[in-house]
Amino acid sequence: MTEPMTEHYDVLVVGAGPAGLAAAQAAAMHGARVGLLDAQAQAGGQVWRHDVRRAAPRAARRAFASLENVDVLARHSVVAAASHSLLVETPDGARQLRYGSLVLATGARELLLPFPGWTLPGVTGAGGLQALTKQGWPIADKRVVVAGSGPLLLAAAATLRAHGTHVLGIYEQAPASAVHAFAWRLRHWPARAVQAVGLRARLAGVPYRCGTFVRAAHGEPALSSIEVEGPHGVRRIECDQLAIGYGLVPNVELAGLLGCELEHAGAHPHVRVDSLLRTSVPGVHAAGELCGIGGLAAARIEGSIAGHAAAGAYGNAAALLPQRTRERRFAALLSQHFALAPRLHALATPQTLICRCEDVTLAALDGFSNARDARLATRCGMGACQGRICGSALAELGRFPRSGSRPPLFPARLATLAVAEAESFLPNDYRGNRT
Amino acid sequence: MNAGSYDLIVVGAGIVGASCADAAAAEGLRVAIVEPGPIGGGATAAAMGHLVAMDDDPAELALARYSLRQWEGFADLPEAEFSRCGTLWVARGETEGAAIATRMARLAAGGVEAHAIDAQNLYELEPALAPGMYGGMLVPHEAVVYPPRVARYLVQRAQTRHARLYAGRSVQRLTHGGVMLDDGTPLHGPTLLATGCALPELLPQLPLRPRRGHLVITDRYPGLLRHQLLELGYADSAHGDADSSVAFNVQPRPTGQILIGSSREFGATDTAVSPAMVQRMLERAFSFMPVLRGLQALRIWTGFRPTTPDGLPYLGAVPGRTDVWVAAGHEGLGVTTALGSAQLLLDLLLGRTPAIDPAPYAPARMSA
Repeated sequence: MTEPMTEHYDVLVVGAGPAGLAAAQAAAMHGARVGLLDAQAQAGGQVWRHDVRRAAPRAARRAFASLENVDVLARHSVVAAASHSLLVETPDGARQLRYGSLVLATGARELLLPFPGWTLPGVTGAGGLQALTKQGWPIADKRVVVAGSGPLLLAAAATLRAHGTHVLGIYEQAPASAVHAFAWRLRHWPARAVQAVGLRARLAGVPYRCGTFVRAAHGEPALSSIEVEGPHGVRRIECDQLAIGYGLVPNVELAGLLGCELEHAGAHPHVRVDSLLRTSVPGVHAAGELCGIGGLAAARIEGSIAGHAAAGAYGNAAALLPQRTRERRFAALLSQHFALAPRLHALATPQTLICRCEDVTLAALDGFSNARDARLATRCGMGACQGRICGSALAELGRFPRSGSRPPLFPARLATLAVAEAESFLPNDYRGNRT
Repeated sequence: MNAGSYDLIVVGAGIVGASCADAAAAEGLRVAIVEPGPIGGGATAAAMGHLVAMDDDPAELALARYSLRQWEGFADLPEAEFSRCGTLWVARGETEGAAIATRMARLAAGGVEAHAIDAQNLYELEPALAPGMYGGMLVPHEAVVYPPRVARYLVQRAQTRHARLYAGRSVQRLTHGGVMLDDGTPLHGPTLLATGCALPELLPQLPLRPRRGHLVITDRYPGLLRHQLLELGYADSAHGDADSSVAFNVQPRPTGQILIGSSREFGATDTAVSPAMVQRMLERAFSFMPVLRGLQALRIWTGFRPTTPDGLPYLGAVPGRTDVWVAAGHEGLGVTTALGSAQLLLDLLLGRTPAIDPAPYAPARMSA
């Protein structure tokens, strides 16, 4: 029998991206014992992910430097949740972390939409390829196309270019009118305008085409060309890599496991919070992308608010609210101008794989109106990604919402699941109707 | 013909209800199926799908044997995901090993082929077993299936034979000569309750308790495990009446995934995963197969086995009721015995003599 090492924190922060870093720093200011855990080996999250070649941005370096009174728990991944404790897996075994307050800063993942050829080797998410590249994946001299939607495509392309790839083009699905309107509105956010101009400068000479999307990817056994469709027709482009992402989906799985109420406004749920970023579960706060996609600046402000509130410093938290409101307005602008065109929902053919873990095609999912029914009949979503990819894609396609979370939150070693723990993991949805 | 009038109303579309509906439709009966949830969404979805003959009770063995022959008809059906991995019963020490001869004799009497396996042979069959095992017993022809897809297939096959599925509807109450659905629709005809753990809602006179189980499934490890492995003491857990028990029971899925069981708990009514039970179950599995410790688990779930006081299912007419029949209470053997249960029940319903003696399963035994 294995007894996990148990540790107690006044404030435990899950996720060491910009929101989590800010939350840990804010909570530690008030003398709270703070733990900041992340599944990755280094802090930074997706946006500030460690780059083997390039130094972190100044804001990131400052955030990393402000953690002297914080226990940074790297390579800790959350497996299950109980009341006021998390079961986590580390390279050295399982641990149980108890907390007074919890700040969820679990961020977002890329939205991948299925289209013919999207499962070919050589096709990845835009942020996915950016992350691989930062980690040192050899990509120099490869011909890469970046496609999908949103300003993150520019950031991904800039990283790829800095690592020596040939970025053949950036294909944005939003129409030129929307992108130009967005750029015009940017004048109200000068810092962002400067950032955007800087990115464009680093991407000088790379074509940026709006109203254009990837219809299909071809190649055997790996990607060799793609078909893009734009206002002037269809074009075939030879390339070695396609980096394609359609924006972000909040990572609400842990919040769901804890029983936090979710908002189901669009296709993808986010965590419901009050103005001080408290979730519906007492003692559990949330900050950043999982409260609705809001971008880096919103995440940092919200992290601070949630960190102060989790430490009981509501005055400090409240003082930041006007800044948050402003940043959230920017987020609304983003989602409005980069809304996905309905034609993207029709790219997958009946033979296109939707669940790549279990090889389930779109046709096999016809006639199902909920995720559990489909899962039982086809195994869709039963693989190692636990439906994070296919479930979100099906929700986006308007088929049915993704099912709720259950332990283990991520695949975990059996030895981790065999640690003694008196309390029950929170109820799962296996027989219930929660989605 | 009246629109709401049937030759048989099957309530519940788990593996047992689906089998009964399919068998009845194949006989040319006009069948209605009432299922409030997904097809095969209860114990059927949670089950391991191991087709296994348990030999410690003659009636149970007879029903399993009868049903296993019918399962052979599904061996080539893609929806069944039929995989003939065989069952290897593992004996840890000499005491367990001493039981092998008796068990082989009982299986042989029931017409089930089994071989004694010595220690050397055991490790050739399953190299990942912990060292120091005594030996075992191999039942080579047993298989595993994917139960919810089979249930769905059976319902669809019944529908092609004009069965009508009342999906998303539940039976509010039994009426004289039929049922009343929750939306107020009356259905008329002989009624068969195949509602598993929900049986007491409509038939409180037949004692039935839910017995919770946990299962864990891993990522894909092709070749690591070849047979369904059970400890020889499994029946002590399965058929004992301890409040809670665990037994070593692991299964190779055709995907290379490993399904790990098993646990039994009376008195647990919620679907929450119990870490304490998972721990006991996994420690038991690790003691037989230490390599499991390092494998990645993808999911854990719970399910409920419908358990009668004597461990045998209720198959037959409900005493004191006209035209109310029951097929429920199969504990952990509902998948194995579903097809045989359906055939036996249809024979009784149509006034024929079943191929096996139906007396041990008669619901009337509870009122005797």
